[in-house]
Amino acid sequence: MPPRYIANTPDEQKKMLGVIGAGSLEDLLVKIPPKARLARPLSLTPALAETDLIRHLTALAGRNANAESHVSFLGAGAYDHYIPSPINHLVLRGEFFTAYTPYQPEASQGTLRTIYEYQTMIAELTGMDVANASIYDGASSLAEAALMAHAVTERREIVLSRAVHPLYKRVTATYCEGPGVRLRDVPAPDGLTDLAAARQLVGGKTAALVVQTPNFYGCLEDVAAAAEVAHAAGALLVVVADPVNLGVLEGPGKLGADIVVGEGQGLGVPVGYGGPNLGVFAAKNELVRRMPGRLVGATVDRDGKRGFVLTLQTREQHIRRAKATSNICTNVALCALMATIYLSTLGRRGLVKVGELSTAKAHYAAERLAKVPGVSLRFTGPFFKEFALKLPKAPDRVIPRLARQGFLAGVALKTFDRALADCLLVAVTEKRTKAEIDAFAAALEKAVA
Amino acid sequence: MADAYDKLIFELSSPGRVAWSLGEADVPEADARTLLPAKHLRRDAPDLPEVSEFDVVRHYSRLSRMNYGVDTHFYPLGSCTMKYNPKLNEDMARLAGFAKVHPLAPEALAQGALQLMHELARDLAEIAGMDAVSLQPAAGAQGELAGVLMIRAYHQSRGEKRTKVLVPDSAHGTNPASTAIAGYEVVEVKSLPNGEVDVDALARTLDTDVAAFMITVPNTLGMFEPRIIEITELCHARGVQVYMDGANLNAILGITRPGDLGFDVCHFNLHKTFTTPHGGGGPGAGPVGVKAHLEPFLPVPVVTKDGDEYALDWKRPRSIGKLQAFWGNFGMLVRAYTYIRTMGPDGLRSVSDNAILNANYIMKRLEQDYDVAVPGPCMHECVLSARRQKKLGVTATDIAKRLLDLGFYAPSTYFPLIVEEALMIEPTETEAKETLDAFCDAMIQIAREAEANPAVIHEAPVTTAVRRLDQTKAAREPNLRWTRGR
Repeated sequence: MPPRYIANTPDEQKKMLGVIGAGSLEDLLVKIPPKARLARPLSLTPALAETDLIRHLTALAGRNANAESHVSFLGAGAYDHYIPSPINHLVLRGEFFTAYTPYQPEASQGTLRTIYEYQTMIAELTGMDVANASIYDGASSLAEAALMAHAVTERREIVLSRAVHPLYKRVTATYCEGPGVRLRDVPAPDGLTDLAAARQLVGGKTAALVVQTPNFYGCLEDVAAAAEVAHAAGALLVVVADPVNLGVLEGPGKLGADIVVGEGQGLGVPVGYGGPNLGVFAAKNELVRRMPGRLVGATVDRDGKRGFVLTLQTREQHIRRAKATSNICTNVALCALMATIYLSTLGRRGLVKVGELSTAKAHYAAERLAKVPGVSLRFTGPFFKEFALKLPKAPDRVIPRLARQGFLAGVALKTFDRALADCLLVAVTEKRTKAEIDAFAAALEKAVA
Repeated sequence: MADAYDKLIFELSSPGRVAWSLGEADVPEADARTLLPAKHLRRDAPDLPEVSEFDVVRHYSRLSRMNYGVDTHFYPLGSCTMKYNPKLNEDMARLAGFAKVHPLAPEALAQGALQLMHELARDLAEIAGMDAVSLQPAAGAQGELAGVLMIRAYHQSRGEKRTKVLVPDSAHGTNPASTAIAGYEVVEVKSLPNGEVDVDALARTLDTDVAAFMITVPNTLGMFEPRIIEITELCHARGVQVYMDGANLNAILGITRPGDLGFDVCHFNLHKTFTTPHGGGGPGAGPVGVKAHLEPFLPVPVVTKDGDEYALDWKRPRSIGKLQAFWGNFGMLVRAYTYIRTMGPDGLRSVSDNAILNANYIMKRLEQDYDVAVPGPCMHECVLSARRQKKLGVTATDIAKRLLDLGFYAPSTYFPLIVEEALMIEPTETEAKETLDAFCDAMIQIAREAEANPAVIHEAPVTTAVRRLDQTKAAREPNLRWTRGR
């Protein structure tokens, strides 16, 4: 059977070869030296018919615990939020789904308009002047922000709070390796950045201070105070924030952030085992020409009609090559489209509702779970939708027990911080119900008894 | 006829309209304003639109109609491999056991996902003749960064301080950009007029400061590099690592393998060769393959298999680190896996055969009316020059715009940089002969119009949602967000 994704029949191939003046397909490969040729077929699993392949993949999928098979309290950078139905239907429209980067703007106005809407919404939520068309994920957005701060300030150190997501820090370190930018840690002993220690560390060599709010432990940071520390030393303040929280929480830009980055997965993108995600990136106006990634701007066409184009492209790799502000090319436009449709759907009041419900349920859960004998809240500061629980038994033993009861209990913090080996990070979104939380508390009580 | 629709979602807003559905709080203390300190709270609700669900659906449906996509239009964008994206891939990626799995779910409860990643990495390694593959990079450019950082770590592990990376002048812009971020000085190497590597010049440039040579095979003129084995041997003799930009992998499946050609590293663009959708500019996926000597430096974690158990291995002290927070663009990996299993080894081979056939067919049909950058046969794409048309006042841009009116997306234009008025055409294997014929007829029509009636080309496009746009105004007076009343 010929593969169903290829149209050419043997007869058509023969006709085409005739036009080309070649005797066979092999004649078209003459420029490849014989010793460069693979002398055998690829050693891969033979082709599977559609129904057999569906059976195989359904079986693989069936081995993965997920938000339908279990009640999930997992967070730490990926959250089980409500995804309104229209998003999937609309992004699957082939005109969006199968287009590419809008190099021909006249035939790409749909994509360009949605990106312009996206930039507007992200700028509004983060309290910043401008947002770009997206970076890969929250972690690589932070890495790009670090490099941008280094380029803008011509300084070689980035000071990061230890309450920034440890995996984001890992990615930032990877990106900073080449340019020789040094990362320095600020302790966060009580689940909050020690700003007095930050003040000691941030100085004339500091390109940026980085804090996250809510931070990795779910606690709310004092962004305005962090801004004061950064700006006193002439450094930029980079804030990592989750835009889905910004219906309720103040946009970091209003509190003094110079760059806001974050993971936008909560805005209508499925968790999908960690990707694709949505790297949010927003900055102040005066930094726009140093920003990484695509930017869409409004302009007019020949007839004076409003239209949209990729703009300020002299920042980008396809024009500036080795001197570009970033190497990013393909970003995550479709995830940005999901977020745009999400924010259009939730709108002014819905996003506030998501934040309010998440806060209320998370606080109810924290109170309920902390009543389980032996269990307590690890940190005392204000938190949003996520919190660390101290358990009387090793989380590695508790988690599998709860999984058997149908709960994905949370993230064991041991792998991220040895000092928190007895802690479980629990996230509660608006999707969790009181009944689920109560049942989880009961199951936890048994699991730690 | 173009759709005259000209709204942004903000302009549809009507206070009080609702498109969402969330239940009321079922827990006792429901007011966030009493639960959280005031200094953290937003003073005003965000200025987002208030619209109905149907407003949302109709708005984005109408916006979509202002786009050309592969599903609706032939999309011969060279170097981007705009092939058909199978619908089955989408069904599989949306299974709850893939789409709704949390990245930090216990590994014992994500065995199916890990197995899929392990098998895909193995398949990609076989396809490219590499020893190990990391699926983590989010796109080709990130794959490049990972690859160059691994080369850097390798040299450092041997106590070598090499400072330069060679990149041909015909390369994709991401190559020098990624290399620069990895901390290297980028040295541009001039190609021969036919786009091939100038091996003698290369030999003179390969000194002890050179860490790597980064090239695209087939090259960006759509030609196989005939002396490639000689080139990789020459590099290795000087201690230089060789990186292959895998953007053009669609041309060589089952025909030749980067690893067998002597490459130490190559990346894959799953959104090109392996049919994951381009999505208007991503998400893609850019796995990176390496030879055994670079394996210790792969990004963490690596998916391992022990008996029947799969795991994420973090204990890799020589790793370059991480590129994104989690394990890769998993949703794209499911699609690529589905595609590879659908095609099998013979199917993948026929992909390249037909991609090459289609490109050569277009090249042959257009060689009378346009200048061919390099004589064929070509591989999976052909590069034409509109230099003849330019003398008549018709540029590659003009031709691209006219094609939009004739019902086709445009080829890549002005790339590679070494070809004057370049038109880079990549038809892919999924297009049928009648589509190629219709496209060639349109191109020939434009060549005739350039001679007889260039005005119709200069006016183009007239059938699209907007006509030619003022790029200068966009850059001089940046308007990057909507504001009320503007």
